[in-house]
Amino acid sequence: MFATQVYGDNGKMKEYHYTGPVEHRFSPYSFNGGTVLAVAGEDFAIVASDTRLSEGYSIHSRDSPKCYKLTDTTVIGCSGFHGDCLTLTKIIDARLKMYKHSNNKCMTSGAIAAMLSTILYGRRFFPYYVYNIIGGLDEEGKGAVYSFDPVGSYQRDTYKAGGSASAMLQPLLDNQIGFKNMEGVQHLPLSQEKAVQLVKDVFISAAERDVYTGDALRICIITKEGIKEETVPLRKD
Amino acid sequence: MALQDVSGFQDTPMSHRWNTPVSLSGPMGDTTPLLDMADERILGWGRFKSSERDGEVPLRFFIPTPQSSVPFRCDNRHTSLSSLSTSSSPPTRRPFPLCHGTTTLAFVFQGGVIAAADTRASCSGHVACPSAQKILPIHSHLLVTTSGSGADCMLWERILAREIRLYQLRHGRRLSITGSAKLLSHMLHPFKGTDVCVAATLCGWDRCGPKLFYVCSDGTRLQGELFSVGSGSPYAYGVLDGEVRWSLNEQEAISLAREAVYRATHRDAYSGNCVDLFHITAQGYCRRDREDLREEYHRERERERVLKRGKEKSEEDKK
Repeated sequence: MFATQVYGDNGKMKEYHYTGPVEHRFSPYSFNGGTVLAVAGEDFAIVASDTRLSEGYSIHSRDSPKCYKLTDTTVIGCSGFHGDCLTLTKIIDARLKMYKHSNNKCMTSGAIAAMLSTILYGRRFFPYYVYNIIGGLDEEGKGAVYSFDPVGSYQRDTYKAGGSASAMLQPLLDNQIGFKNMEGVQHLPLSQEKAVQLVKDVFISAAERDVYTGDALRICIITKEGIKEETVPLRKD
Repeated sequence: MALQDVSGFQDTPMSHRWNTPVSLSGPMGDTTPLLDMADERILGWGRFKSSERDGEVPLRFFIPTPQSSVPFRCDNRHTSLSSLSTSSSPPTRRPFPLCHGTTTLAFVFQGGVIAAADTRASCSGHVACPSAQKILPIHSHLLVTTSGSGADCMLWERILAREIRLYQLRHGRRLSITGSAKLLSHMLHPFKGTDVCVAATLCGWDRCGPKLFYVCSDGTRLQGELFSVGSGSPYAYGVLDGEVRWSLNEQEAISLAREAVYRATHRDAYSGNCVDLFHITAQGYCRRDREDLREEYHRERERERVLKRGKEKSEEDKK
């Protein structure tokens, strides 16, 4: 999905054959892989990510989760370029503290989403290469998921997959949670246990077919009681 | 935020640092590289100058400064080496594509303004969101349809909404549609030549009646009675040019707009999913329910089948 030009002009693959002179330049970006998923329920939200950090053909770490806790009711999942993920989460944390100190209350999930959109767009001409998904509870206690593109366009969804395996996972979620493209099926509301089981199954499938996803799965379940974390092992190859 | 700026509220002791009259500045180009200034810019916090209005900045941008100030160009599979070597400084390629592709249309008729759009947000062959909202209300009598890059449109419309609200608070009356179009066009002008891509139609009703403007990030600002924007616009124009008249009634206008979007989504790969329809009158805008066009396709096939069967039957009867 992120491949730019795999084949050169003479039909040969660029990485393996000589296809003509190439101008190499330092690229400030790098792709570190990883998949993030978020699901919103009636009174809960789930943010899950794998924990593999890779670059090209190597794996840098098997224990680098991509979910970051922002407040008691919000978790953000960031995948893409790990350097930008770290800086972005530090900036969000700083802005959250500033908001807390000047307004004497915590930022709500919707407010964090709007703020992140402006932070990302402020770097429109040298973007943060991060695919963000925010999961949390809104002011009424209902689950909310906000998905972003790297330049700040966002919207509220019920479920979203982002990162390297997103193109594989999103249709599966459309079918199982959105009940799309199915006829004669009863639309049952999603319970928390079913959602957690679905997330585990979905990541196991993603690990089978996507090389950048695997090692372990970190699930954060956000309810009004707080945030609970679970770790599930995945394929390590 | 708007009220804070209008009332001239100085937030914290650091506020004097935020009142620098700078709109697009690179971090290295400053003569006073205070760590705090850099931090504040990195934090993306842009503040208005509450005292004067000439130095107002809609949003602070981080513009990286390579050897020259040529802004970045987006990663393009069709960029060849020759075009790269002609540029004065090598632009850093973005490793991801931005979202494009849409069909939006708007036209004026005796009952007001109709605005319609599809809901597919596509991103180089992948549907990023099948239920995006491309028609955004700014206030009760102004809608903006978005086309071009999704993030650009969303942010610039937020900025436009804020500016219009500030105008209303400062002057006690709403900015006219003509004024809003001019404001958006002038705000986008500094970004002409960069890859900010916003093609918006402002549809509204103000003191002078129904108005329709097309504003584009390359500087175009046109008033008209019928506009269609996006990759599916040629197909929509084909349907609209044949049928749009001033004397349409509301039902006809709505079904015409739906039909135009449906035909465009049928033929254009980057448009699809559902159609959003808004109708603006002197009382404000009203929104119709989102309709899934897949059902429309099946209904049409069914109608054709029935007609065909009827025709065959009458031919048999004749024999």
